[in-house]
Amino acid sequence: MSAETPFSEGVEDIERKRKIGRAFVAICFASTLVGIVALVALIADVLYESWGWVTWEFLTYPPSQVVENFLPDGRGAGIYPALVGSIFLIALTAVFTIFLGVGAAIYLEEYAAESRLKSFIEANIANLAGVPSIVYGLLGLAIFVRAMQLGTSLIAGALTLTLLILPIVIVSSQEALRAVPDSQRQAAYGVGATQWQVIRDVVLPRALPGIMTGTILSLSRAIGETAPILMVGAATSLFVAPDGLTSPFSAMPMMIFEWAGHPEPEFQHIAAAGIVVLLTILLLMNLVAILIRNRYDPRT
Amino acid sequence: MGGLKETAIRSVFFSCALVTVLTTLGIILVLVQGSVGFFQEVSIVEYVTGTDWSPVIQPRSFGVLPLIWGTLIITVGSALIAIPVGTATAIYLSEYADPEVRKVIKPTLEILAGIPTIVYGFFALSFITPIIQRVFPETGTFNAAAGAIVVGIMIIPMVSSLSEDAMSSVPDDLRNAAYGLGATKFEVSTSVVFPASLSGVIASYILALSRAIGETMAVTLAAGMHPQITGNPLEPIQTMTAYMVQIGISDVSVGSIGYQSLFAVGLTLFAMTLAMNLFSLWIKSRYREEYQ
Repeated sequence: MSAETPFSEGVEDIERKRKIGRAFVAICFASTLVGIVALVALIADVLYESWGWVTWEFLTYPPSQVVENFLPDGRGAGIYPALVGSIFLIALTAVFTIFLGVGAAIYLEEYAAESRLKSFIEANIANLAGVPSIVYGLLGLAIFVRAMQLGTSLIAGALTLTLLILPIVIVSSQEALRAVPDSQRQAAYGVGATQWQVIRDVVLPRALPGIMTGTILSLSRAIGETAPILMVGAATSLFVAPDGLTSPFSAMPMMIFEWAGHPEPEFQHIAAAGIVVLLTILLLMNLVAILIRNRYDPRT
Repeated sequence: MGGLKETAIRSVFFSCALVTVLTTLGIILVLVQGSVGFFQEVSIVEYVTGTDWSPVIQPRSFGVLPLIWGTLIITVGSALIAIPVGTATAIYLSEYADPEVRKVIKPTLEILAGIPTIVYGFFALSFITPIIQRVFPETGTFNAAAGAIVVGIMIIPMVSSLSEDAMSSVPDDLRNAAYGLGATKFEVSTSVVFPASLSGVIASYILALSRAIGETMAVTLAAGMHPQITGNPLEPIQTMTAYMVQIGISDVSVGSIGYQSLFAVGLTLFAMTLAMNLFSLWIKSRYREEYQ
């Protein structure tokens, strides 16, 4: 014992600590890879299953009960009514969301004083963001489909999706409005503008890129939502595209749900083909949002 | 004159904000009113203690416990995946990764959160279940394990992203003070940064669990529609949300007990997620560490 230096115990300890440290980094790094590997596996699985099934016919033909029609050399069957339904649904939702979401954000950021009312509304919005989407489906079913007698229509679906994504759109629009420097508002007031003129001509144009980015991102979330439109009564097998606000509709997630549940193995490929179409549109929407952000980002 | 126009514009914007309050009121009203009829026919005691759930098919029984059990299996199972993996990911991103690496990995992980849940359901059926079946050949097409795994993957970015934000906001002074005392990076990460960011980290756990409870399409596709209380994750189960989907796609007549049960289950689901969301907000505000 006397032969050992006073530091030998410490040296061993450092060695042990180094080992623990290296093992810990390795575990943390491996965990980070779990999510990425899962993402790669998911995309690879979908592409593998759908390979050769996403054809022009798949995009332009109505669905069929007969598997053979979907085959790449079959008579032709596909996702067309649901594709058009999803596009209509998102366009309508966009109109309602932009109006309500930006309006609410303007009220909260530009008009409301720091009051109990404002913090109540904001706390309420934060809570709404955590309500499961299927509950919004029940709300839509009871209010839009039954009470307002819109039936299982495109507009009932769009209104339901609007309420679902409204909290996210409001919060992101608020951030965009908050990012407009106060000096610009004061300058406009200084030359005699009214509050509405300040908002319309000074604040909104500058906040627009941020508002659009947030809105497109939440719309891309809405386009993949199944549960709420399912509760509202979106059709699983509709053979014509919707042609008006009150016509029945299907949407891509509903078709995918229908196909994925079929026992015949071919429907796996068909569901995967539907997913590829859905994810492509989602990706394009995200791309647009990123482009807008990069194009107008004041920091770049 | 100008003042009148200003007031009108202000009221328009105020009404937009009011829509969000009306939405909350609407949700509560619809759920409560919709389930009143249900609870007139079914006693609350039977509802919360019964172990048989069959509101549509004779012999009818209205014990919600199998649905709660199914939801619980999915939630606990997904938490077992997402909490350790998400936390370790957050520590790696916040404490170890280069800023350049973090800039790539964080958005990549967030893509996971943007993928529609129906796609996760498909992924579970076509990829995860076959893998489970190789290990345990007796596994059915629909099983709780695949549902829990896929929901776990889905909520990883919620845990990792929010926890990373909380860890990154721990000031460097705390880290440097610990280094000055001779702590290793491992000790700084686990004994300084992690405890200092605990309120944000726990809030992210609760939010992720709340999301798992309310998750619908993935568990409907992967875990099945078979309400039962079983400890075997290789068997099919049914969650509250999957039951709601089942009624949603069936054609039970409006006003029947099956239709009303939809709102009773919806109310139960809403109450559970609301409690967790409020709890998460409370933890975050109550235990927030203020740094200058």
